[in-house]
Amino acid sequence: MVGRTVNSRELILGRLRAAIGPTTTTPAEVPRDYRPAGGDVDLDVLVHRLTDYRATVHRCSDAEVAKVVDEVLGGQRVVVPPRVPGHWLPATVAAVTDENLTAEQIAAFDGVVTAAAVAIAETGTVVLDAAPDQGRRVITLLPDVHICVLRTDQVVAGAPDAIARLDPNRPLTWISGPSATSDIELNRVEGVHGPRRLHVVIVPRP
Amino acid sequence: MTSTFLGMPTTAPRGVGHLRGDQSFPAAARRALADSQLRRNLGHATATIRAKSAAVIAEAPDWQQLRDAGAAIKADVMARLPELLEQLEAAVTAAGGTVHWAADAVEANRIVTELVAATGSDRVIKVKSMATQEIGLNEALEAAGITPVETDLAELIVQLGDDRPSHILVPAIHRNRAEIREIFLREMPGVDPALTDDPVALAAAARRYLRQTFLHTPVAVSGANFAVAETGTLVVVESEGNGRMCLTLPETLITVMGVEKVVPTWRDLEVFLQLLPRASTGERMNPYTSMWTGVSPGDGPQQVHLVLLDNGRSAVLADEVGRQALHCIRCSACLNVCPVYERTGGHAYGSVYPGPIGAVLSPQLTGVEENASLPYASSLCGACYDACPVKINIPELLVHLRAAHVTAQRRPTTESIAMAAAAYTMDHPALYAAAQRAARLTRLAGRRGRGLPPPLSGWTIGRDLPQPPPQTFREWWAER
Repeated sequence: MVGRTVNSRELILGRLRAAIGPTTTTPAEVPRDYRPAGGDVDLDVLVHRLTDYRATVHRCSDAEVAKVVDEVLGGQRVVVPPRVPGHWLPATVAAVTDENLTAEQIAAFDGVVTAAAVAIAETGTVVLDAAPDQGRRVITLLPDVHICVLRTDQVVAGAPDAIARLDPNRPLTWISGPSATSDIELNRVEGVHGPRRLHVVIVPRP
Repeated sequence: MTSTFLGMPTTAPRGVGHLRGDQSFPAAARRALADSQLRRNLGHATATIRAKSAAVIAEAPDWQQLRDAGAAIKADVMARLPELLEQLEAAVTAAGGTVHWAADAVEANRIVTELVAATGSDRVIKVKSMATQEIGLNEALEAAGITPVETDLAELIVQLGDDRPSHILVPAIHRNRAEIREIFLREMPGVDPALTDDPVALAAAARRYLRQTFLHTPVAVSGANFAVAETGTLVVVESEGNGRMCLTLPETLITVMGVEKVVPTWRDLEVFLQLLPRASTGERMNPYTSMWTGVSPGDGPQQVHLVLLDNGRSAVLADEVGRQALHCIRCSACLNVCPVYERTGGHAYGSVYPGPIGAVLSPQLTGVEENASLPYASSLCGACYDACPVKINIPELLVHLRAAHVTAQRRPTTESIAMAAAAYTMDHPALYAAAQRAARLTRLAGRRGRGLPPPLSGWTIGRDLPQPPPQTFREWWAER
């Protein structure tokens, strides 16, 4: 199989070289006249865009996060990443830290509480980068409720700012509202395979 | 092994995959046009998506600048494709992934089947992917005793209904909620018999049906929307979370990607992640986008494969005009604005790539003589060009391919004879005047409901013959 793979590689590259003829190795100049990174951040825009795509937004102090978690998931079972701040979790939830839980175990939890890496105001997007306060990708996928706590200094204006801040070597998940589909008559319906409810808690920078 | 010159750009092979229909476009379209339910479903769906897309595009003041950047990046990719693929291969390999090269559909199917078989699983979960539809991967897996499970809702509807996809983004666009309910009730094991046709209930039924399959299938197959040469990062853009399930839960992930999907730099994603959702689903951003670079220890699949697919793309690249069809990011905006697609639906195009982009991509992947009717499946109105987020000049390509088709034909066609006759007549004023007078005779021949006699009837099957004026311009001028 190795021999065949190598042959096909040379075959395809040879075909492509023949197709384009004498090549340049200099990247072409791309006109980037669109709005660059560094635009003003408007938190009201973020809240509007999150709400527009059926996420629930809460704004409070860092100390009040536990109260929000209690309101949403009080009395239920919650999975959390290894380094989620302990004071976010009220005594009313049974929080279990993900230490290589199986997918089946994670699917049995009612909710998950994480931090975030970046948020994009213009599109209402939260990005997770699997840092220890956000955890493995699977924990924000299987439980039905995701509470994501966002600091205002993590909010950027547009996609170019987010790309500039993120590290491509980490597994990244861009989340814009709860799981949804437009597959039935092209109407957006919330709630297919991912979490059916997304709560975003916006707290001031520390 | 073979006497063919190795570097010869080659079209996609026959007998495998879904790039060729079994009927010409006009024949298949006639059947679709007779289906009034299909036309209602399509009209409703395309009108909905056009309005949504227009609204979010209007929110982006720099939409035209983003289109310009997207077009320039794609043109750069085509000019440097071999080098970018080598760079991508090196980056993916360095991050712990394995890269495979597939010259055509047969080889891609064999590579994927062997990789799945090596896991020991007889089932694979799939994220919706145009590339794997193109190569007929599901049929190849089934032939090897492996069950492919489509997990995208629309793909699931198509698979359960034993149907064919008819739209790039929403393969079941030709089905309405009542039809989907019937398919689920008939074909979905364990479905609640009290299922209603409420889209929320239908989505919930799919969630319940697939959950255990997601949790217990050790291997997944995906496509890729983008692959970053600089970093080795692969990107899948989706809505439902079925993509995240497939990209996160299994031990082994196999991604099949057309070679043209590579982009040079990480920064280039800032352009395409703004263009694609707005043009495609009419959202500011789609619900979920996953990005992964090789293997992340302890998080997600630990065996990561990337299959780079040619299958005719080198032949498309060889045509300097035609190659812009490879710029396509599969948003389907051109389908949604096309007056022809809106009436015929996707099945009439035969290939998995329907609509305006299919009409220019499929004939180039197979060779124009094997999809010869597709470049004519358009009124050249130009709406597709305006809608394309990477500014593919589809009308220009259609005309280019029509010319290629005419040139390729050895014997004269009715059209070429008619055009030659017209040219001769227009060069001879007396003949031209006589022809204009004679045209009045068609007032008899072309009465409402009747076309021209053969061999000219081909022209009037799909068109109304204009009513000639009672007097020619020359006659009117002479009387003044």
